[in-house]
Parts: sequence; C-alpha cells; structure tokens
Amino acid sequence: MKLIIAMFQPHKLPDVKRCLDEVKVHKMTVSNALGAGEQKGDLESYRGVSHETNLLKKVRLEIAVNDDFVKPTVDAIIKGARTGKIGDGKIFIVDLHEAIRIRTGETGSEAIG
Amino acid sequence: MLRFRGSAALGLALWGALAVAAARAEPARALPAADSIAAALPAVERKADPSGASTGSAADVSAAVPGRVTMLDLANQAGKNKIAINMTWTLLTGFLVMFMSAGFALVETGFTRAKNACHTIGMNLLIYPVAVIAFYAVGFGLMFGGVGPLGALGGYGGLDHEVGVTLFGKTFGLFGWRGFGLAGAGSDAAVFTLFLFQLVFMDAAATIPTGAMAERWKFASFFAYGWFVAALIYPLYGNWVWGGGWLAALGSNFHLGHGHVDFAGSSVVHMCGGVMALTGAWMIGPRLGKYNSDGSPNVIPGHNIPMAVLGTFVLAFGWFGFNPGSTNAGVDLRIAVVSVNTLLASATGAVGATLWMWLVRSNKPDPGMMCNGMLAGLVAITAPCAFVGAGSAGLIGLIAGILVVEAAFFVERRLQIDDPVGAIAVHGVNGAWGCLALGLFADGSYGDGLNGVSGAVRGLFYGDGGQLAAQAIGVAVNFVFVGLASLALYKLLDLTIGNRVDAETEIKGLDVPEMGVEAYPGFDTWITEFGMVQPLVEPPEAKASRAKARKR
Repeated sequence: MKLIIAMFQPHKLPDVKRCLDEVKVHKMTVSNALGAGEQKGDLESYRGVSHETNLLKKVRLEIAVNDDFVKPTVDAIIKGARTGKIGDGKIFIVDLHEAIRIRTGETGSEAIG
Repeated sequence: MLRFRGSAALGLALWGALAVAAARAEPARALPAADSIAAALPAVERKADPSGASTGSAADVSAAVPGRVTMLDLANQAGKNKIAINMTWTLLTGFLVMFMSAGFALVETGFTRAKNACHTIGMNLLIYPVAVIAFYAVGFGLMFGGVGPLGALGGYGGLDHEVGVTLFGKTFGLFGWRGFGLAGAGSDAAVFTLFLFQLVFMDAAATIPTGAMAERWKFASFFAYGWFVAALIYPLYGNWVWGGGWLAALGSNFHLGHGHVDFAGSSVVHMCGGVMALTGAWMIGPRLGKYNSDGSPNVIPGHNIPMAVLGTFVLAFGWFGFNPGSTNAGVDLRIAVVSVNTLLASATGAVGATLWMWLVRSNKPDPGMMCNGMLAGLVAITAPCAFVGAGSAGLIGLIAGILVVEAAFFVERRLQIDDPVGAIAVHGVNGAWGCLALGLFADGSYGDGLNGVSGAVRGLFYGDGGQLAAQAIGVAVNFVFVGLASLALYKLLDLTIGNRVDAETEIKGLDVPEMGVEAYPGFDTWITEFGMVQPLVEPPEAKASRAKARKR
C-alpha cells in the first residue's frame, strides 16, 4: 500500500479529479496548502508598501492506494495538473504501514479499496 | 423675491399663523387678525421647555422689522418653509441614494469570488468619486442645463439653455448648456440641491456595469470608462427624459400621452446601466471556465451570499430616497403613495422570484434569486411608482420577480453572456418593464401638467394608449442609443487600454495582480474558488482564444 501526496496548482484541481475519475480512482482527501518551491512569490503592495509573499497557494491531494493503482493514479495526476510551467507541483509516494476503516474495523487492502 | 404660488401659498400662510397661535401653551400674546397690519412682539426670555410644546412661535417668524411681524412677513415665512421642506427632503433623500453605493458594492462583491473581491469592491468605490468629478464638470450641465425653472425648489430659472434641432416644425431638445462646474447660472442653492440629488442617481447607473463585467475587467479600462459615462452617455439620455429633451416632449409635440415619463429612473438610471452592462459583458466575453466547449454554462458561485443579502437591504433602504425623493418636494404628499408602492413592489418582487425558483425552475428558494427578485421589483416600480395604485404596484413587482429569473436564465443560457451578478436581468430587463408598466397601469390620479401636458398620466388600461407608445419609444431609444454609445466606448477602451486582463491574472484572481492586495489574507478559500470552473485539461491559452472568438 502506498500513500500518494500531490501538491499542485489550485485551478488544476477539477482536471485532476476528472483524470482520476477516468482511471477509477474516486477516493481522495483534498486540502488547502501553502508552499514555496521553484516558482517565485507574488509581489504584493499594501498601502504603498511592497512585499513579496513567497508562500503560494497550492492544493494538497492525498490518496491511499494498493500497489497496482500507484502508476495509474500518478499518471492521472500528472495528466490533470501539468501545464509545463514552473509551479506545476510535486508528487510524493510513501509506504503505508496500515489502513483501517473505522466503521467496520477492516484493515489493509480491503480498507483502502 | 416673493413668489406666490397662487392661493395655495396664501392658504398655507394663514394656516401657519393659526397653527402657531393654537399651539402656544401659555396665554397667547395678542396676535392681530391676519388681515390687519402688524403684531408687536415683546422680547421674552425663552424658558427651558422639556416637552417642546411651546418651542417655536410667532417670535420665530423672520420679520423685516424685528418684533413687528407683518402679513407679508408671514407669507414670506410660509413660502420659505415650503421651499425649505422641499430642499431638505431632496437633500436627505439624496443622501439615502448615495448610500445605495454601499448596497451595490456589497451585492456585487458577494456574488463574485474571494480572489476578485478587492477588485470588484474597488470598482464600486472608485466609480463614485470619478463620476462625481465628471458629472460636476460636464455631465450636469449637459443633462440639466436646459431644464427650466426649478418649480419645487423655489422657481430659479437660470438653467435655461436647451440645445436642440427643429424638424417638422417641432423642437427636439438634445442637450443642455448651462451650469457646468456649478458656476455662473449654476451657482444657486436650488441648483446645488438638484445637482446632489441627480449626481447620486447617475452614480447608481454608472456602477451597474461593474457587476456584469466583474472578475475580468482591467481596472485601468474601468477607470477610464467612469469619466465617459458620467460626462456623456448618462447625461444625454437623461436630458431627453428629465432635462426637457425630446423624449419628454413627445407628449406636447406629438400628443403621445405626457411624453416619455420616468418618475425616478427605470429607464434613465436602471435601463441605462443595464444596457451598458449588456454590451460590456458581451464585448468582454465570459469568465474563463464559465462555458464548456459545448456551450453549457458552469456554476461559478459567489463567495459571500450573506454580503449580497445585506447589500440588497441597503439598496432597498436607499430606494426610499430614490423614489419618494424624486418628487423633489416634501410638501408633495404623494410621497406616501410613492413610498408604499415602492415597498409593495419590493415585497412582491422578492416573493415572486423566490416562488418561481422554488416551485417552477428548481426545488429550492434560492437566496441569490431572492436578492435579484427584490431588486427587480424595485427597479420595475421606479418609473411608475407615483402614477399607479397599490394593487398595480404589487402586480408590477410580482411580474418583475418572475421576469428577472427568466431573463437571467435567458442571458446565461441562450445569449451566453456571462453576468456574474444578474445586472442585465435586474436593471436592463426590469428597467424596460417598469417603463412599459407605467404605460399600462398609470391610473390618472397624478401628474397633471407633467411635461407641459394637461391632465393626469394615464396608461393603456386607463384609457391612454399614447402614453404606452411614448414609454415604448423611450425604451427603444434607450436600448439603441445607450447600446451604441457604450459599444463605441468599450471598443475605444479595448483598442487603447484593453478591456480584459490576461488569462493568468484571471486564474490567479485579479486582486493581487491588479490591485496589489488580497481581500482575505489568511483565509483558506482557494479550493472552493478554483474547484468547479475549469473544463478538462484545457490550457488557459486555448480558453482565452475561445473567449476571444466568442467576443467576436
């Protein structure tokens, strides 16, 4: 089991969701995130004083999948989120020790699926 | 300087004298019979008067010779009081209308996304000062420079130069030419009063397109737009209806009722704003992601519906200045009828739109459409409010409530014009409906002598089809003139400044790139902001070019 964590541009979220839908990945957790990467920050000006906000708005998507779903999921996220410009985001994949469904007590692959 | 308005002023003077005498709590000082000579009023020290019952007496009548009040003094004071009531009424209702700017700001900002909130509310703020300056310098003189004597405000006649053309032996007034910068003939307290009152009306019209073109309009282009609207487009049409121009003269020239009658601005203010909103939203194209490639619309929810509801109430409150204030006369007690008609139409408009959504168009009593429904009722009753009965007012509002829902769907789905706040449906469509409603429902109880035509204003249902014809002409002229003039203005702005922000700015939200600041720093809003609008894997560039293609 793997936990896939992806950070990408907020406005690509609907595209990523549709691409995941196409490969039958329907379960996910999405949250607002702030982050700094290679993309430069925004230059803001508040009452005449300029300042740079280097933490930019991103979306953080988490999906726990069985091993055979890792590649399709990652491909779908890339398909949905890629624009080719700096700031498209990153995907991290980490091993998942256990997954438990609270309602039934199921564990492992069954709890994920 | 004494201006008798016939026996009414004399009657008022007599009544005033009697009332003053009767109201005195202490034994009355001997006031001579009103038709005799003078009253000698000994100077008395005024004691504290917690009840207020004896404050204000004959001693407060301004007398040419202090202490000796003559009949002439009484009549002067009565006339002064009448004009003072009218002027105070006009100014106070003008202040109420000024506050409608806050209502527009809240409604428009509430119906748009958080990432554009500073930009949207910034336009709503800045249109006011820009329009004040442009209307002061140019617009007012064009609109009211030939309006003639200001009857209810003391009869000053300095605004007397209407420029027109003569065709078929009839004069067609086109624009006024007095009172620019409130200098010269404009330097008069009554003119200042009229200026303030009319200025805030113009501001209401000018701010309407900012809602329809929100979330994509370049701020610099908007800034330039404000000057032209306040100086030229609004004042010209306004002159034709309110400044003594040719639409008002359709009655005296061509026997079409009383000419185009618009009591408080269904066509002059609201339809004008609505038509500019229509041409602007059409020309600038829909927001990115509003329409799918098959033409079906997506939902782009506003970020703060409670804000929009609050704004709607602010507007409805301001409307009690808008409509009753348009008598420009507090002594014209028709203001009670106007106020109640306004109230009733706002109620039936809101209920009509709510029920139409709830029972017919969807299965929920949509709060956004409640707002639009209440405003639609108010817009529609604005022209006829002084000329119709209470039942008719309710019916006009009810129809407006249903009309606004259908018009909003029509604009979004058939015309595929993206209007984030419903300005076209509320102000454009219902402005036209309000003017036509006057031509149908005016019941002949008010408006004797209006626009130089004797007899009260009657609509088709009360025997005067000519009035409906004049209303229809006014509406058609509004659509054509304001439509073409605003198209020319937007085109000019597009060629010089550019109307639309680039796609990257639009996706990020206009607040930071255009204004430099976020509206809600520290709030987690962006998933919902971006979450429901973008078609599948289509790069912004492709969408921008599609939007441009739609624009053509």
